[in-house]
Amino acid sequence: MRLSRDFRGTLIVAFCGLAFTLVAPEVLEFFTIITLSQVIGLAILALSLALVWGFGGILCFGQTAFFGLGAYAYAVTATNIGGSTGAILMAILVAAAFAAILGYFIFYGRVSDVYLAIITLTVALILYSLTRRTSGPEYKIGNALLGGFNGTAAPPLNLPGDAGTVLFPEDTFYVAMIVLILAYVFCCWLVRTHFGRVCIAIRENETRAELLAYDIRLYKLGIFTIGAALAGLGGVFFCVGVSRVTPDVFSLSQAAVAIIWVIVGGRGTLIGPILATFALHYLTASLGSQALLNANLVLGIVLIVFVLLVPKGVVPSIIDLADIRRQRRVARSRERRLRLRRTRNGSESAGVAE
Amino acid sequence: MNRAEIVLETRNLSMHFGGVRAVDRVDFSLSENELRCLIGPNGAGKSTFFKCLTGQLRPTAGEVLIRDVDVTGREPHQIGALGVGIKTQVPNVFEGLTTEENIWISARRWHRSSRARTLTAETIERLQLGDVRSEPVGRLAHGQRQWVELGMVVAAEPWLVLLDEPAAGMTHEETVRTAELIREINRTAALIVVEHDMQFIRMISRRVTLFHEGGILMEDTMEAISADARARQVYLGHRA
Repeated sequence: MRLSRDFRGTLIVAFCGLAFTLVAPEVLEFFTIITLSQVIGLAILALSLALVWGFGGILCFGQTAFFGLGAYAYAVTATNIGGSTGAILMAILVAAAFAAILGYFIFYGRVSDVYLAIITLTVALILYSLTRRTSGPEYKIGNALLGGFNGTAAPPLNLPGDAGTVLFPEDTFYVAMIVLILAYVFCCWLVRTHFGRVCIAIRENETRAELLAYDIRLYKLGIFTIGAALAGLGGVFFCVGVSRVTPDVFSLSQAAVAIIWVIVGGRGTLIGPILATFALHYLTASLGSQALLNANLVLGIVLIVFVLLVPKGVVPSIIDLADIRRQRRVARSRERRLRLRRTRNGSESAGVAE
Repeated sequence: MNRAEIVLETRNLSMHFGGVRAVDRVDFSLSENELRCLIGPNGAGKSTFFKCLTGQLRPTAGEVLIRDVDVTGREPHQIGALGVGIKTQVPNVFEGLTTEENIWISARRWHRSSRARTLTAETIERLQLGDVRSEPVGRLAHGQRQWVELGMVVAAEPWLVLLDEPAAGMTHEETVRTAELIREINRTAALIVVEHDMQFIRMISRRVTLFHEGGILMEDTMEAISADARARQVYLGHRA
């Protein structure tokens, strides 16, 4: 029963996403559509963190490390081989392999939660300063100049197997949206599998999971690596949307906003952080066009408000509200039925008395 | 005792914390289908001994053998993978998950999906947890949480069960039912039960091991231990 309810929810969200995909290019401006591809990349990053943190219980502060590595891997590979299909696979592979190695040392070394957050953030910041120092003609991989803080050009997507046919921005938007929807459905499926449920159980109580004969290190490494692969995929659409990838993907503020999206959208849900990414990106973008308020200041206030007033995040709070209302409705109808029966019994007994 | 019947054995097992010898050169053995209680005053070393058996602590010296396999210093999940069911002193449950999900996670470790589902339903029936099937375990009363944890142990169908204070904090009625359940588990598995509650031990035990100052003081029936002068002095004397 609960399974089918969850499945229905996933389908509804997927269809809404599909409807948005079809309608958006008709109603939105061309420039907005170009920006959206880039936001979709960020939304995939938020989804990956929602999976790793919200379901795996692993607070990975430096999820952007994998996101940025994916972006750089895509840009460098696409520049070298002159096609995007292999480059996308390369981006996923590089991010996942890097996470698998890093995660091996973290989880098999039994590094605790707080240190994991610090280590992953530090890794992102190390990548930030490393990539910033790559200006100059000697820093290149194949034909791709890394370009220091200016970054490197990210070639557009093309049709698979046909490097000459470059996709238009609208087509890129379609591809990005479909990938986002598929990634979302994949994550929904994953958390319902045996593997996913064990990851949730580990989040709830590591000792118990271990005593039930689950090797928690392996499960954590698994979900961490899957999350990194998704983040790498997000990096691809981000850099294609911007047409460049710069060291800023590894910056502290980028790592922080990813965490904010998940907090605002709600940990323990997959759709929440995705929606929060779109909403907060829209907010900061519209604030960017005026000079009265600093966008980062507003983002900080949003974070504080949420931590204090809506600590569970938007989507879980809405679900809670809906549950409470449903319970109240059930209770009310039960009461009404009882009252009805009582009055009926009352009239019967009155009849007997006559 | 016939060697072939021994399912769990420690040889010269020691656990030292700095200068404190919490467990000191303990030789212990448990045979097939046995139900053994470990008792002793606070600080006697029974819980430390228990944690050395379950892999939660790595002993300073000595060996732990399960069915003649040396498992000293193995991780808890490796001990669990041998078919050993473990319940810790502090209730360890998955707070945010429902009763059903808690028990399913345990059953699914060993069985395919459909069998795990039936086994979960059977276990819930057996422990009379049907009313709280869909409740998050974090919201249950203490006694029920203990049973959910016992349910997780039972659902894995272990052949060796280690329980640390299974009746702690339970009402008398709940304690009686737990004792029944433990005797039932004993039909298919050997058990070690660490306990404080003397009444509870009288309900379940045949043979009792008395710990004192990190070592085994004596091993006998509860009646014999109650009658023994040394035992009274270290332990029962405080209560009698």
